[in-house]
Amino acid sequence: MTQLAPGTRLADGEWHRLHPATPLLRGGFALLAVIGVVVSNLRERLVNMFLGGRGLQEGDPVDFIVNGGLLPLVLAIVLVVLLLFVGLFYVSWRMHTFRITDEIVEVRSGVLFRTNRKGRLDRIQGVNIVRPVFARLFGAARLEIDVAGHDANVRLDYLSSSNADALRLDILRMASGLRRREAAAGGVVPGGAVAASTGPAGLAAPVPGTAIDGAAAPGSGGGSFLEDRLNEFLAPELDPRLAPPESVVTLHLGRLLGSIVLHDTTLVFAVILIGVIVESSLTGHLFIAFTFIPFLFGLGSFIVRRFTRSLRYSIAATPDGVRVGFGLLTLSNETLPPGRIHSVQIRQPILWRLPGWWEIRVNRASKSAAKGADGQRNTTILPVGNLDEVLRVLGLLLPGLSDADAALQLRAGITGSGEAAGFTVSPPRARVVRWFSRRRNGWAFGPAAILLRRGAIWRSLTVVPEPRVQSVALRQGPLYRRLSLAHLDVHTVTGPIRAELGALDAADATRLFTELSDAVVTTIANDATHRWRSGEVPA
Amino acid sequence: MAERLEIPAQQWRRVSPRYILVDVVGALVFTVVVVGAFGAVAALSDTGWIWYLAAVAGVVMIIVIAFIPRRVRSIGYQLRDDDLLFRRGLLFQRFVSVPYGRMQLVDINRGPVSRALGLSDLRFVTAAASSGVSIPGLPLAEAEQLRDRLVELAESRRAGL
Repeated sequence: MTQLAPGTRLADGEWHRLHPATPLLRGGFALLAVIGVVVSNLRERLVNMFLGGRGLQEGDPVDFIVNGGLLPLVLAIVLVVLLLFVGLFYVSWRMHTFRITDEIVEVRSGVLFRTNRKGRLDRIQGVNIVRPVFARLFGAARLEIDVAGHDANVRLDYLSSSNADALRLDILRMASGLRRREAAAGGVVPGGAVAASTGPAGLAAPVPGTAIDGAAAPGSGGGSFLEDRLNEFLAPELDPRLAPPESVVTLHLGRLLGSIVLHDTTLVFAVILIGVIVESSLTGHLFIAFTFIPFLFGLGSFIVRRFTRSLRYSIAATPDGVRVGFGLLTLSNETLPPGRIHSVQIRQPILWRLPGWWEIRVNRASKSAAKGADGQRNTTILPVGNLDEVLRVLGLLLPGLSDADAALQLRAGITGSGEAAGFTVSPPRARVVRWFSRRRNGWAFGPAAILLRRGAIWRSLTVVPEPRVQSVALRQGPLYRRLSLAHLDVHTVTGPIRAELGALDAADATRLFTELSDAVVTTIANDATHRWRSGEVPA
Repeated sequence: MAERLEIPAQQWRRVSPRYILVDVVGALVFTVVVVGAFGAVAALSDTGWIWYLAAVAGVVMIIVIAFIPRRVRSIGYQLRDDDLLFRRGLLFQRFVSVPYGRMQLVDINRGPVSRALGLSDLRFVTAAASSGVSIPGLPLAEAEQLRDRLVELAESRRAGL
């Protein structure tokens, strides 16, 4: 049991407080900034005071205070205000508590306006740990638990860095249903199981309401605070003990740069640039070049976003889900438990065809999770990768698709065309509406998933796991009726991917509709991913 | 060649024929607003061709209204063993199948005209925004009965997201 749960005592169902540096990290910097501004404004005054300079204006408030003998009073007021602030921060830190039980995670905060937020563990869509640069200086990290829904995340900011990792492990383990089974099997109450499984000594005491002493929490080396901080800064983004190395996919800088240069957005930009140059050299009007500036900003932000989002990128399999990590200064990593991916799309911008690169995007039920680096949504799982890496990542995201047969089918889905590997494609008369992609436009049933293949120039493959399908729709408009074609929609939670396939033979599509809706009903009934490890025998 | 889509199924349950009236009233109001707006612009600006636009809009709306009875009759639903099957549309046909376990909530809405005729609209909401299952023109008692039945079915087939 000890190896199973090397956790902290934070997940024992009692109320706990956050890292003591929390007020400083959340709002204290604003106070420091205000003081800084005041001091810099008074700089001249201070210089004058000490060097005895002259030439001050009449009616200067500082003069008034000094000459009127009000100095002690003003200093006292400043001191009181400062103390008040510190006190407020302290009280708000005291009042900000959280607890994690077998079923829920709950956060209480606020002094005058109390808020209370509860999330159900079996609806967790992902757990995110973000370490901003300042927080890393203090050894603190922010833990975000995403629950399904819009902006439905429970935030614990800040925790001590090592606690955050352990707590995530605990939360995921509880959500997985493993601990509940342990408790049930051993006849131990859940709280007891947690206490017995406590790992390294010196973590938070189990007394309710005790502060998590972040500074004293031992790091891996057990050295001093400074040493810990230094180790943390130098440590690799992904702890090598966390995941088997063969499951890790990383991103090289060269490929990242190449992928940005060859991206469709850059291509469009280049075309516009050439147009502008030709236009202004022909007409001699330079002002056209100025209209180009907004595009420049757009491209700049695109490149920066993509770049920061993908630096030191790694994706790896852990027992409790797929871990996606990235970031240079502000580290961020997220664990997606199994069964939280609602659809996956593999697609290829046109110029990426030369090096054979692909991009993987997903639909997820949580929206805010979302804010990864620079507020970009975490829907791109693999920014760029070759076919082998794509297949590996797909195997991580959808474990049912990791065997050799499935890999063959996926390859056919990504690059192939025609009827191979179980695909059914559009009939020849669909050429009117699918000029080039008629033989690629098709679907296949994979292991507990439906594969929708589209596009000959901009190729893409959408995989929707059957247990995640919300509903299925079949459509036909007047043009399709004349051609005896039909359109199929697979509805999943909202996201960047729309799983749909047009220009199918009407009879084929009707059959697909019937088969898919039957398959969905069957897999839903057997689906247990919301407690993904409840079937496992505890070690 | 040009066959209509058909899902092999048992008996489709249809919506109340009184719903035709609700739809017609809605379409008429829309027609009056559109033709009135065109007419007003034409009269004020004194340009002849805008009158033609108003006329075209009027004719299009008359055709739309003429097809309303058939369109309403095309709306159907059935409660199968494990999912709700819904169909609508004449020119643009659409079939949707939603497993009961996917239900997040059921809405019953009543507009003014519907209420006067004792009808209500039932909306079946899933986690996907695009499911779009909305059964209009159900007598209130039937809508409430259907809602309770759907909730009961969803409870017995509860599923995760």
